[in-house]
Amino acid sequence: MKMTKRTTLATLALAALTTLGAFGAHAADEPLRIGLIGTYSGPYADYGRQFDAGVALYLKEHGGKIAGRTVEVIKKDTAGPAPDAAKRIAQELVVRDKVNILTGLDFSPNAYAVSAIATQAKIPTIVMNASSSAITSSSPYVARLSFTVQQVSDPMARWMIRNGIKESYVVVADYASGTDSFTAFKKAFEEGGGKILGELRTPMNNPDFSAYVQRLKDAKPQSVFFFFPSGVMPPAFLKVWKERGMDEAGIKLFATGEATDDSYLDATGDVALGLVTSHHYSYAHPSPKNQKFVKDFVAQFGTSMRPSYFAVTAYDAMAAIDLALAKTKGDVSGDKVMDALKGLAFESPRGPIEIDPVTRDIVQTVYIRKTEKVDGKLVNVEFDKFDKVKDPAKEAAK
Amino acid sequence: MGIVIFDGVAYGMLLFLIAVGLSITMGLMNFVNLAHGSFAMVGGYAASLLMSRYGVSFFPALAAAFVAAALIGAVLEFVFYRRLYKAHPLDQVLLSIGIVFVSIAVFTYFFGPTMQPFQLPPLLDGRVSLGGLEVGRYRLFLIVCGVLVLAVLLLGIGKTRYGAMVRAAVDNQRVAAGTGIHVQRLFFLTFSLGCGLAGLGGALSLGMLGLEPSFPLKYLVYFLIVVCVGGAGTITGPFIAALLVGVVDMAGKYYWPEAGAFLIYVVMIVMLLLRPNGIVPRKGIA
Repeated sequence: MKMTKRTTLATLALAALTTLGAFGAHAADEPLRIGLIGTYSGPYADYGRQFDAGVALYLKEHGGKIAGRTVEVIKKDTAGPAPDAAKRIAQELVVRDKVNILTGLDFSPNAYAVSAIATQAKIPTIVMNASSSAITSSSPYVARLSFTVQQVSDPMARWMIRNGIKESYVVVADYASGTDSFTAFKKAFEEGGGKILGELRTPMNNPDFSAYVQRLKDAKPQSVFFFFPSGVMPPAFLKVWKERGMDEAGIKLFATGEATDDSYLDATGDVALGLVTSHHYSYAHPSPKNQKFVKDFVAQFGTSMRPSYFAVTAYDAMAAIDLALAKTKGDVSGDKVMDALKGLAFESPRGPIEIDPVTRDIVQTVYIRKTEKVDGKLVNVEFDKFDKVKDPAKEAAK
Repeated sequence: MGIVIFDGVAYGMLLFLIAVGLSITMGLMNFVNLAHGSFAMVGGYAASLLMSRYGVSFFPALAAAFVAAALIGAVLEFVFYRRLYKAHPLDQVLLSIGIVFVSIAVFTYFFGPTMQPFQLPPLLDGRVSLGGLEVGRYRLFLIVCGVLVLAVLLLGIGKTRYGAMVRAAVDNQRVAAGTGIHVQRLFFLTFSLGCGLAGLGGALSLGMLGLEPSFPLKYLVYFLIVVCVGGAGTITGPFIAALLVGVVDMAGKYYWPEAGAFLIYVVMIVMLLLRPNGIVPRKGIA
């Protein structure tokens, strides 16, 4: 066919018309707008990276759509724990960007600040990490898919009791989550007949742990349990632990999974070998669902970054939104979505998870893992588990 | 008791190694350089990357850390710092804190926000018996390094021609310039030396402090305490102050863990009340 100028113009016009028509027909089909509040700069920028990776992976697997609608993720940076900024950002997302759902939320203070906005605007809010127990109680529009500090600390205590450990010294970082972890651990350990020999609270910016570790060594407890936020604190502590020869002194060491966070485990190095920890996700989890997740993750982002529990929760948050909207048949009004989220149960890469219909908090398996070298890489190998663990803090309050 | 003091001394030595460069630049040039930690970070990253990616062993990596930090320091002095020597201290603070933030962003961009891997060489791993005390080899190495650097600096500043010029410039810049000392070049060299020492300290800190892009802000307060308490512009001042801070911090955390972390600030306040110009007040480097 010979293309003249006129025919070309005509085709263009026709094409323009059809696209217009297509637009007209799908005017109701606006993209689903999700506001993602996370940390993308500063010392905790890894959190935002992991959130993004999890979200991107889910969307890629589902052709960029949730419940048949295209998804627009609007990312906002709080640059760390900053409740004021988080609140302002949430307001902007609701008022200006007209988001349907809020998510992200790595730090608990940020989550508390945003929950107030969620209540006012009736926007369903899905917490991807913040682990302070009362966040889900603070607003009926908040559901959590990550974990609570108590939820992973309590099983460690029960496992230790079950394995013949009768006394323990506790070391926690001196901040809200440290206190939560200590309280949950102490309660479960003492209920099982164990004895807490003492408690050490270390400042958050502690350069050298040798004084604390020396104190532990001189106290000669049967075991030590510690909780630090993931990052530089656990490796610094473990380095001194090895240097002091605490293992040779016969003192057993336990921690929550923050100590061997997959994001930091490579950099932590061999000092982590043999450490027994409790957590809800290890990227070495052997289920087929997780193997596929990890394989896709590597295909998409390479091996320089490991999927951590942040990425998995972000992935699950997308899955939960998808499942909830399938239940509401695409209705995004706050109450309908929250109703749909309650009692939602599905298979996550970490194992079976469920949203408690009463507390809107996560119910999941907590694994007991040991740090081992597999194919030259340090990984958390799961060897025991506690099924369907609810948040112990809320259970106790009942 | 013995082990607590030993640990405190080792920790103090590390603080001294990183902070002594700051004392020199602050005392000599009256430049409030808050970006000092950034140069320590440059050294730390240089050593860590050379070791993990290129298989360089620890001791050459230490030398490389010194050189890398000194080079970066030289470039920044040439481009930025020399323009503000005569400026108001607030302008200097603004420039140097800006450099801190830029360095954090740059390191995050190139090397990621996570911690750098580091493995102590086998020679420094484990413990060694020293007069009945089981002490960490790495900590012992820190003390040796600290004493060496102290000795070299004292000799260098006290006995060499370069040292005499530095002392003259500290006492009175205008007169020093009048006697034919090329003060600008002297500043350039001394600033680079200070940065190099920070880099060395940063690399040595790898075995104790975790290295990540927020390093320069995280430990800034410790460096400043050491220099303020010790007396800017001196070498023995920060040395004594670093030992004091190290031992007090360590002993406080060991014997009184509920309040121990707060103790160094009390010491700082008391020392500044007793000796507002530092333990060794500045009048010539000594």
